[in-house]
Amino acid sequence: MKGSVIKYEKDNIDTDVILPGPYLKIHDYNELAKHAMEGLDKDFHKKVKPGDFIVAGKNFGCGSSREHAPIALSCSGIKAVLALSFARIFYRNAVDGAFLLPIEIDENAFRDISNGDSLEIDTSENEIKNLTKNKSYKMKPFPELIGKIIAAGGLFNYKP
Amino acid sequence: MLNITEKILARASGRPKVSPDDVVFVNVDKVMVHDVSGPGVMAVFEKLEKGGMKIDRLWDPDKVWVAEDHFVPAADKISAQNVVLLTNFTRQFGIKKHFKYGMGQYGICHTLSHEEAMVLPGEVYVGGDSHTNTTGALGAFAAGLGHTDVAYVMLNGKIWFKVPETLYFKLNGKLPDYVMAKDFILKIIGDIGTDGATYKTMQFGGAGISEMSVEERLTLTNMTTEAGAKSGIIEPDQKIRDYLAARGVTKYNEVHGDDDAQYEQVYEYNASELEPIVAKPFSPENIVAARELSSIDLDKAYIGSCTGAKLEDLRAVAKILKGRTVKIRTEILPAAISIFRKAMDEGLLKIFMDAGVVVGPPTCGACCGAHMGVLAKDEVCISTTNRNFPGRMGHIESKTYLASPLVTAASAVTGKITDPRDLK
Repeated sequence: MKGSVIKYEKDNIDTDVILPGPYLKIHDYNELAKHAMEGLDKDFHKKVKPGDFIVAGKNFGCGSSREHAPIALSCSGIKAVLALSFARIFYRNAVDGAFLLPIEIDENAFRDISNGDSLEIDTSENEIKNLTKNKSYKMKPFPELIGKIIAAGGLFNYKP
Repeated sequence: MLNITEKILARASGRPKVSPDDVVFVNVDKVMVHDVSGPGVMAVFEKLEKGGMKIDRLWDPDKVWVAEDHFVPAADKISAQNVVLLTNFTRQFGIKKHFKYGMGQYGICHTLSHEEAMVLPGEVYVGGDSHTNTTGALGAFAAGLGHTDVAYVMLNGKIWFKVPETLYFKLNGKLPDYVMAKDFILKIIGDIGTDGATYKTMQFGGAGISEMSVEERLTLTNMTTEAGAKSGIIEPDQKIRDYLAARGVTKYNEVHGDDDAQYEQVYEYNASELEPIVAKPFSPENIVAARELSSIDLDKAYIGSCTGAKLEDLRAVAKILKGRTVKIRTEILPAAISIFRKAMDEGLLKIFMDAGVVVGPPTCGACCGAHMGVLAKDEVCISTTNRNFPGRMGHIESKTYLASPLVTAASAVTGKITDPRDLK
């Protein structure tokens, strides 16, 4: 998985800024994508490219349980969010709906990765390569069940 | 040595015991969707059907219930359409418990969960809304899920959970006059942070909780979501039994933790040391004593939501507004029509109207920035709701201060943030 980074040096990026409340009535996924990150970065829709990664601080996706949040990011082209930690509902929505990968990184990787860096992520090796800076970092391995659900392509494809 | 949450999850997963970090599939007793998550679940069904799955019935339509609360009264054409979709959905799958806005009993889903005794002690309850945690105050395991997970529950009757660690919050002594459960939970969130309980359960206990009314307990569990918690829970006692009996329910299987139950951490608070608290923009953890903000000018006071518009919240507001008038725009939206009716029968609505307040219908309304009084750029609001993230209640540059019903009402009277103890 290869892509470039859109970085927000911010903790607690909540689902109200990832996909603001007034759009909750919309269930057309492509329409939702147009409003992704609108509460934090009005230009997100213009700059995001298919395959991009978001890098952010602690507690990404806190707040509401709206699945619109990972859907809007995913339909914008985001393949993974790399954050210091995730809020629980965002995390399970991302995994169970197979929208994007929530990848936990450490402080060192968070500090080192810059906006626009090109990354290559290998989840089987738990490795993140920074192709721009020629460095590599470890990602926190997915817990066993999460890894299985991701491999199956979402909760509905997973057979317990 | 199991606590209440572990016992409920052990029973629901068919195991003699579970421990924190075990991942288990649990059988669900009740599942709820509303006018946002319902259409979301339907979109998941549609995707599955496109992929070749045949969906002609739910696991158990009698365990599914539906509320209309976020965008009612229909805010626009799309919201109106979503409510129609919801009606078609409950008809198609034979769901009998659909609380329709404007028909009999209706209101905010979390309020209906206790007001209508939709969920009982010992049960596993999931809902398509993050504040599903609220209902844990009845002694149930209650957690919020997204659309895919709720769709999975509706079709399979079960879902995976990682057994959470439990943080135990012990309240010693009775809350002083003018201090409410809202002040206590804001204080806790200020102390542990908005990610302080992520993936964990927050359990409340101690003499102060035994003293506390059921509705006040619900304020505590409601806002565990704001500390990132998976669930909030309180062991059921006589007050819960009486509350449910008043709603015609006496049969359920209460679960209690063992005497030597284990908790990851125990926090102790002395009620006598607590005081009226306000959370400043833009986070519920951003707390300060109400008195320290007495110079903040307000444009609006909002009394509503599953957090702050239960009957006792309205009584607290009436205690302040009686014989006074408001200095700023003030809205009161009771959280369910049954509460609206009780407020009317008790004479609270007259007090509100004499004070110059507008009383609105039960809806999530402006709490989630949906409609019914959203904020303009630079407008400053004090609110009994649960979140004050940027843009939560309207314009991205509006500001919301979170407070108890007493603080909010006192502030409505003066037009500045006001500790109710200082009201002349």
